[in-house]
Amino acid sequence: MFDLTGKTALVTGASGGIGGAIAQALHGAGATVALSGTREEPLNDLASALGDRAHVVPANLSNAEAAAGLIKDAAAAMGSVDILVNNAGITRDNLFMRMSDEEWQQVMDVNLTGVFRLSRAALRGMMKARWGRIVNITSVVGATGNPGQGNYAAAKAGLVGMSKSLAYEVASRGITVNCVAPGFIATPMTDSLTDDQKGKILSQIPTGRMGSPEEIAAAVLYLASPEAAYVTGATLHVNGGMAMV
Amino acid sequence: MSDIADRVKKIVVEHLGVEEDKVVESASFIDDLGADSLDTVELVMAFEEEFGIEIPDDAAETIQTVGDAVTFIKGAV
Repeated sequence: MFDLTGKTALVTGASGGIGGAIAQALHGAGATVALSGTREEPLNDLASALGDRAHVVPANLSNAEAAAGLIKDAAAAMGSVDILVNNAGITRDNLFMRMSDEEWQQVMDVNLTGVFRLSRAALRGMMKARWGRIVNITSVVGATGNPGQGNYAAAKAGLVGMSKSLAYEVASRGITVNCVAPGFIATPMTDSLTDDQKGKILSQIPTGRMGSPEEIAAAVLYLASPEAAYVTGATLHVNGGMAMV
Repeated sequence: MSDIADRVKKIVVEHLGVEEDKVVESASFIDDLGADSLDTVELVMAFEEEFGIEIPDDAAETIQTVGDAVTFIKGAV
């Protein structure tokens, strides 16, 4: 099951905990992967750890031209982009009343507009191939909201509406567009939380623990697989029951 | 330059899966040949590739029939 031999996948934000795990899972299923991110060193480390079928294609997605360029670079390295995993994202948390236009705009540029541009650029090849998978990593806060994350929650919720609209348009071409919405996942980012903060978070999660990056990667692997051809416009929530939506 | 017309027709026949005799100059992609809006986008992409040209969005909108496509491409190559 879930054999991606011969498929090519571009994963953005692959220098992070979740993105790295996604790249590993797709690669482990036989896909050729292109790893993108702003920091080249962790990308190179991951590529050498993966060995064959791994390419590094750095990009800064806050730049408008970078998105189209990234798809070109990835297609040049791998021959095509069959699977696009839009995982790159940033946070600029602040209380709504204190949030600056810059904090709002930076999050929109990378988390929403960046995904729009990358998906648009990747579609041409997928349409011709009559096969494609776009998996957008959203967040539980896109569905529930979160104080201090008005910008982030708006961008993540925006991705869901965008994905559904695109899913309608390209379904007849064998292309699916879905979202995976992680809850709290143990990464270097959450490691820096205090025990008190962690306790509060865990009290809201029925499974009583944080998720692992591998558990997000498994959901992405499923949606990227040929077996998920009949799933499109969906959001797969992977949050330990924290929000049952 | 009937070569261009033949190549356009070939692309249309292949892409839309229609009978060759239906692909006449006056045939509308959407009304006569059963294309949907996404098909028209794909056709424009195919023309761009076949003839090595760029068809801007506002020009693409004016290409409604097989004849429109041939005329535009003749002017662009």
